[in-house]
Amino acid sequence: MSDFNQRRSIVMQTLVMLVGVIIILRLLFLQVFPNDFKIASENQAVKRKIVQPSRGLLIDRNNKTILKNNMYYDIRFQPKKLKSNFDTVRFCRMLNIDQQHFDTLTYQKIMLNGWNRTITLFKNLPPEGVARLQESMSDFPGIELKENPQRIYPYKVGAPFIGYINEVSKEMLEREKYKDYRRGDVAGITGLENYYEKELRGIPGVQFLLQDVRQRVVGSYKNGANDSLATAGKNLKLYLDIELQKLTEGMMANKLGSAIAIEPETGGILAFVSSPTYDPNLLTGNDKSANFKKILADATKLTFNRGVSAKYPPGSTFKPVTALVGLDMGVISSSYGYPCGGGYYACGKKIGCTHYGGGHAANLTRAIANSCNAYFCHVFRLCVDSPNNKNVRVGLKRWRNYMSDFGLGHPIGIDIPAERGGNIPTVDYFDRMYASNWNSCNMSILGMGQGELELTPLQMANSMCIIANRGFYRVPHFVKAIGNDSTHKKLQPFLEKKVVAKINPNDFEAVISGMRGVIEYGTARGARIRGIEVCGKTGTVENYTRLNGKKIKQKNHSVFVAFAPKDNPKIAVAVIVENSGYGSQWAGPIASLMMERYLNDTIKGGRRYLVNRMKRARIIPRITYIKDSIEKNARRIKYQKWLDSVKSGKKPTVEEQRKPNPDAKNKKSWWKVWAVVEPKNKLSEYYKS
Amino acid sequence: MSTINPKTYLKKIDGVLILLYLLLVAIGFISIYAVEHTSQSQGFFQMDRSYMRQLIFLCIGMLISVVILFTDSKTFPNLAFLSYGVGIFLLLITLVLGREVNGSSSFLVVGPIQIQPAEMVKFFTALVLAKFLSSVETNYLDKRNRYIAMGLALFPAVIILLQKETGVALVYFSFFLAMYREGLPNWILLLGFGLIFLTVATLLMSQMVFAILIAVVALFVIFSNRKKIKKKKSYLFNTIGIAVVALIFSQVLVPFTFTKVLKAYQVERIYTMIGQEVPEVYSQGKDNGIESAAEYNVRQSKIAIASGGFLGKGFLNGEQTKNDWVPEQRTDFIFCSVAEQFGFLGSMILVILYMALILRISFIAERQRSKFSRVFAYGLAGILFFHVLINLGMTIGIAPVIGIPLPLVSYGGTSLLTFTIMIFVLIRLDADRSMILR
Repeated sequence: MSDFNQRRSIVMQTLVMLVGVIIILRLLFLQVFPNDFKIASENQAVKRKIVQPSRGLLIDRNNKTILKNNMYYDIRFQPKKLKSNFDTVRFCRMLNIDQQHFDTLTYQKIMLNGWNRTITLFKNLPPEGVARLQESMSDFPGIELKENPQRIYPYKVGAPFIGYINEVSKEMLEREKYKDYRRGDVAGITGLENYYEKELRGIPGVQFLLQDVRQRVVGSYKNGANDSLATAGKNLKLYLDIELQKLTEGMMANKLGSAIAIEPETGGILAFVSSPTYDPNLLTGNDKSANFKKILADATKLTFNRGVSAKYPPGSTFKPVTALVGLDMGVISSSYGYPCGGGYYACGKKIGCTHYGGGHAANLTRAIANSCNAYFCHVFRLCVDSPNNKNVRVGLKRWRNYMSDFGLGHPIGIDIPAERGGNIPTVDYFDRMYASNWNSCNMSILGMGQGELELTPLQMANSMCIIANRGFYRVPHFVKAIGNDSTHKKLQPFLEKKVVAKINPNDFEAVISGMRGVIEYGTARGARIRGIEVCGKTGTVENYTRLNGKKIKQKNHSVFVAFAPKDNPKIAVAVIVENSGYGSQWAGPIASLMMERYLNDTIKGGRRYLVNRMKRARIIPRITYIKDSIEKNARRIKYQKWLDSVKSGKKPTVEEQRKPNPDAKNKKSWWKVWAVVEPKNKLSEYYKS
Repeated sequence: MSTINPKTYLKKIDGVLILLYLLLVAIGFISIYAVEHTSQSQGFFQMDRSYMRQLIFLCIGMLISVVILFTDSKTFPNLAFLSYGVGIFLLLITLVLGREVNGSSSFLVVGPIQIQPAEMVKFFTALVLAKFLSSVETNYLDKRNRYIAMGLALFPAVIILLQKETGVALVYFSFFLAMYREGLPNWILLLGFGLIFLTVATLLMSQMVFAILIAVVALFVIFSNRKKIKKKKSYLFNTIGIAVVALIFSQVLVPFTFTKVLKAYQVERIYTMIGQEVPEVYSQGKDNGIESAAEYNVRQSKIAIASGGFLGKGFLNGEQTKNDWVPEQRTDFIFCSVAEQFGFLGSMILVILYMALILRISFIAERQRSKFSRVFAYGLAGILFFHVLINLGMTIGIAPVIGIPLPLVSYGGTSLLTFTIMIFVLIRLDADRSMILR
């Protein structure tokens, strides 16, 4: 009876073993062979955190930091960790905020985000604001401070060339250049921030962190074996003299134009002003986008970098270049004179000259010093019609080659984006204009820097460098060294010495003595600096603007180019003030003061009044605002038409919507698109006052 | 055997069983410690930690087992009916006074101690079943006695079911293993397996298709056995009868149970087990596309186990279990902790240890002279087998999620003490295997 059935025990034992085998088989498939669950474990438990490196700084030639990172703080809190004894009154007093506001804000945020997540309460508080809170953080459990670096421009100058950073846009992310970027990363948008993006940014680090089921970080994954450290961005050492920059920006305030100073020997830019401009600090911090909108809407086009993008006829400041070409082609010698009696009549129509005293163009030196128009129109014609040339077309081509050597007619290659090349008229252009029936008379005014000839302010300054260096230049650039490396790969193009057309040094001396004459006894006696041999050239540029298809003559541009000292020059300057009058009236003094400030480190007492006069002057022609409002109106009408077409059911297809406006593309003035609906305002005055 | 001779007594104690017991208990303690351990943990001896409480229960278990080893083996059959009565009484009290934890009221709170009578009553039921089947008057071939035995085994289950502890109640079905060994006819087990097969098949297939399938199979059986049927008409009727019962079961009973009897979460768990989504007919308007708790638990459990790989992540490196990804990981899902830290190798060893434990108990059962000891041993083996099968199956996604602990490993005082006591009672009985106890 005790052993009812021995067989049954065997049945049961087999069953037990079978179950064991099934479980082990199942484990084998789950644990040893690859499957979805294995992948899921890493996905949910390991969090990849990007550690952003600190961005490189910008340092000027005197080791002053002109762009740095300040730590700003985001206040975040985790509602679950807040204790009931949270001292709201004290907390609000520390941060200087209204308690009611705090209560509603926290309530809203908790309603939106729930109790578990960490919520950002306030963004970008300055360090002074949170200093008191930082000391007593332990009294407020659940509250945390997140460091949030911001770019700070301590001198509030240099917006056009330093540029700014912003979060990368969707379109940028699609480009090859930004393949390492993720949404939310920042990148330089314009200026040096953009050009040296790779160097300034550094290399982001990656941390693999373990998180628990509530997404809280509990430690590092595999003790940080896969982590990589962030490498800080490299600092850029600039040639720039920030004090000079500040002074120049001050003097150029409330004027349209540009002022550029270059160290001739190295091509290093000492000051770079495009005016009007804005405080670059406006594009950092909380009100960034609101400020940006205002800046874009300004009638004076604050984001337009006049230093490298605007083109002006150089006027008389071009005459030294004309002279050099003439000397090198052998069509004139330094003693060549022209009997000018107040005008140039060789081509029938009179081209006026401000001087008519006999002998004011008796030789090259005097002709430059007195800025004789007739002389240089004639020299230009001699160059183009030289017997070495088969005809005028070959002559113009040869002349264009010289211009190209001088860095004109094409972008020079400065280390900020958006550089334009100016304009040197081509044979094709004249063929179109004069139906292939033209000669040197049609373009004789090119010799005195008028007509179709257009240069950027940077090219004007660079021409001065060439003359100052007696025949060579280095591509103008801002950066002296990346980190401590002055021969960085990216700086190589700027180290190359570019010799211009192998012009004889004696030819330069003739031209330079003429430019010295300009200051000594010529048109720009006001630009004299005691103890320094300045060489310069004024320019008073006739110009026109188009309004509703009509060509309207505007007040002359005031232009001045110079370098100093005469021997072993240290600084070359080009200044242009739009629609302000004679070259010696505005541009001359500004350039002279810049040179004095740079060479003497100070401005003599007697000339301080001049600085103030420059600073106070407001020279923005009314036409700027008129044109702006017409432009905006046209856009508004266009927009309204588009709106109407949408409302009336003629919806543009997705492709049409995506397709950029063909007009906008041709003009490449993307900022105009932004300015459509904004009313006219005079923000530049506001910022510069 | 009122006096114990230490030298002969020690030789009779089954060392293998004790070794297996100690190994499993040690694995359990290590696993609970690993789950609790974080980088911020300071010190080992912290009374608020689960592993310390488990350690305390372990010590209590040791004390009790020493007492058991020095108890007269006749005490156990003698106390069987009394303890069973007390157990039922406790269950009933719990039903009235029990504290509600997670929707079930199976805990009895006495001062600082919480006890779960449903766990203890397993032991008492095993005793009383052994006592009943071993008594001289009982002839197990008698149908009446069979029903009494089944009633004894399943009566606690009914009360526990009323406490809404479905999982624990199901455990009592494991006593059928002991009863089967003692002569329960084969057809009862066949019926059991048949019903489970029918249920699962019903759930997997659409009702129409399944009905046609049953008819086709029945016709095929009749056709292939037509010669037999010619000789014996009853064979035909039996076949048709079985088919009709199967049809009624699958077409009427199962849908009725699923819509009217079972709770929504129970339906969900059963469907989770067979890897299906709850169809609209049974979801009772609760299916809202959100992953159910049971599905989530099983998914996280599988993820944790899978992440262990072949060799595991190493002791205290189980990220999934340590960082609360797996719910209920100290109790029902403790296996994840082992599997993640020690990988396939470690979990295989654990499974083998369990199988060895059950087989060893089965082996011990067969060498008993006393029927009481044998039935008790099979009762224990059945309970262990059921627990291990369901718990491990649930963590690796081949069994329904019903909350029963992994014996000796899961955190939980009552469960640990119950299994400790049962194993040591068996060891004590085994020491007297040449005796006949009644």
